[in-house]
Amino acid sequence: MGEPMRRTHFRLSPSQKERLSQAQERCREAAGSVHASAFVNVGDTILVDYENGFLRGHGTQLVDGQLLATVCGVVERVNKLVSVRPLRARYNPETGDVVVGRITEVAPKRWKVDVNSRQDAQLMLSAVNLPGGIQRRRTATDELNMRDLFTENDLISAEVQTLHQDGSLHLHTRSLKYGKLENGHLVKVAPYLIKRLKQHFHQLKQYGVQLILGCNGYVWISAVPPSSSEMEIDQKPADSESRQPGAGTSEGQNVEITRDLRVRICRIANAVRVLGACGFMIHPDSIVDTYEASLSWGIEPRQMISGEFHVRVVEREAEQRSKKG
Amino acid sequence: MDFISPEGLRLDGRRPLELRQLQAEIGVVEKADGSATFEMGNTKVIAVVYGPREVQSRSQQQHDQALVRCEYSMASFSTGDRRRRGKGDRRATELSLVIRQTMEAAILTNLLPRSQIDIFVQVLQADGGTRACCINAATLALADAGIPMRDIVASCAAGYLNSTPILDLNYLEDSGGGPDLTVALFPKLDKVSLLQMDSKIPLDVFEKVMNLASEGAKAVAQFIREKLMENTKQLVLAKGR
Repeated sequence: MGEPMRRTHFRLSPSQKERLSQAQERCREAAGSVHASAFVNVGDTILVDYENGFLRGHGTQLVDGQLLATVCGVVERVNKLVSVRPLRARYNPETGDVVVGRITEVAPKRWKVDVNSRQDAQLMLSAVNLPGGIQRRRTATDELNMRDLFTENDLISAEVQTLHQDGSLHLHTRSLKYGKLENGHLVKVAPYLIKRLKQHFHQLKQYGVQLILGCNGYVWISAVPPSSSEMEIDQKPADSESRQPGAGTSEGQNVEITRDLRVRICRIANAVRVLGACGFMIHPDSIVDTYEASLSWGIEPRQMISGEFHVRVVEREAEQRSKKG
Repeated sequence: MDFISPEGLRLDGRRPLELRQLQAEIGVVEKADGSATFEMGNTKVIAVVYGPREVQSRSQQQHDQALVRCEYSMASFSTGDRRRRGKGDRRATELSLVIRQTMEAAILTNLLPRSQIDIFVQVLQADGGTRACCINAATLALADAGIPMRDIVASCAAGYLNSTPILDLNYLEDSGGGPDLTVALFPKLDKVSLLQMDSKIPLDVFEKVMNLASEGAKAVAQFIREKLMENTKQLVLAKGR
């Protein structure tokens, strides 16, 4: 213990604090496979094999022939490439990432989208599907009607199309699974907690909830759209060209969501929040696990974002990890 | 006034070459990209960093480097006499500039073109050495935000009272009328980033005081390193796998 923990933003009683730091300690011991030299601070020397040469990656700099870290984080080595991966940094985009973002501005022929990156992403008018799925050149009329597709403060899901040298990034929504997000719940977590996977759209059928884990740390939780409940969201149906964009949600309409479903959505959202606050990896398994734990402990969704639940989740994780190790 | 007793102790019981107790906490503001509090004895400062993010006013955007902004303010409850101190007065403007320039020298701004970094620093308790404390807090907050930097910046003040060089002045010593200087340096690169002194002292004395302040800054740097390493380890190990 002794070691002060990173501040958690839940109010904790002294005994809860004690339990939390004990559980965190056990978590750390169980995960103790990482070698100490893997961690670096800003300005620390990174040990490399100077004789065989190395490649300077992100998060490093060369000063007088010495390789120094420029961020705090973990050293990663791939063959000769040495880089440092920062932890609580902004989203670092890569081509092909699924992201959730918010439109900040409608500009000529493009939308500006906040994706928690170093600058706002651009979504070109030519990179979206027109309603009805018609393929044609975008005309001046289309440009005038851009607000019919997305307006300021709309939430969208999209994919990173290209990254540019100057750090700007372009998105596209040229697939049925991307588009406007409505009738759901957005939770923001630190991007480093979300791993890049094959699949970022998840349907938790048992709860009737759909989950989009944006690589940028924005998590979208909504009801499973009725039209896609029979089909897999990734398999495009034959008549995909004729359907509207927006992951099957009926655009611009408020769908009736039952009270039960709302509670389930909130429970999932709070599970994501708590995992984010604990600093645990966020993937469907861990979310479902936390969800089930809250149910079995008989905890109301609103009590999930209290200190007690937070402490119990950490304690539970510590137990699971020490069993595994 | 005697600032050092015949036994060689200062007003607060320290030796002339002693730092005050250091304390720091990282991640104090949930919504910010990076945040930290830093305490040097009774001086306590909170620093919060937002960014790198989209530039707010387009005219200020720089296509080859990041825009760094800094705002320094003092809480009205930070001193004994409660006074409203905004961010607009002369002292605050000067300090904002000093902190901005010091941090800008550390940040690798060329890696973050077309973006903006905001640093907000507020003094919660003032007991001398706020300048140094602000810089130390800002370093921690920037490192927490994962912003690439040349090196950490560590800062410390020193003065010359009763013909003795004194490290890390508190409020009473600061207002004692003797010369005082603040140093901020890059410990690994061994370079000075800030050196500020508003009074005249003989060159040989200056050298002594300057060396003392540098030594103090290096000690602070060691403390900052330990704090950052602790924080990094905690985040990585909590994540697991």
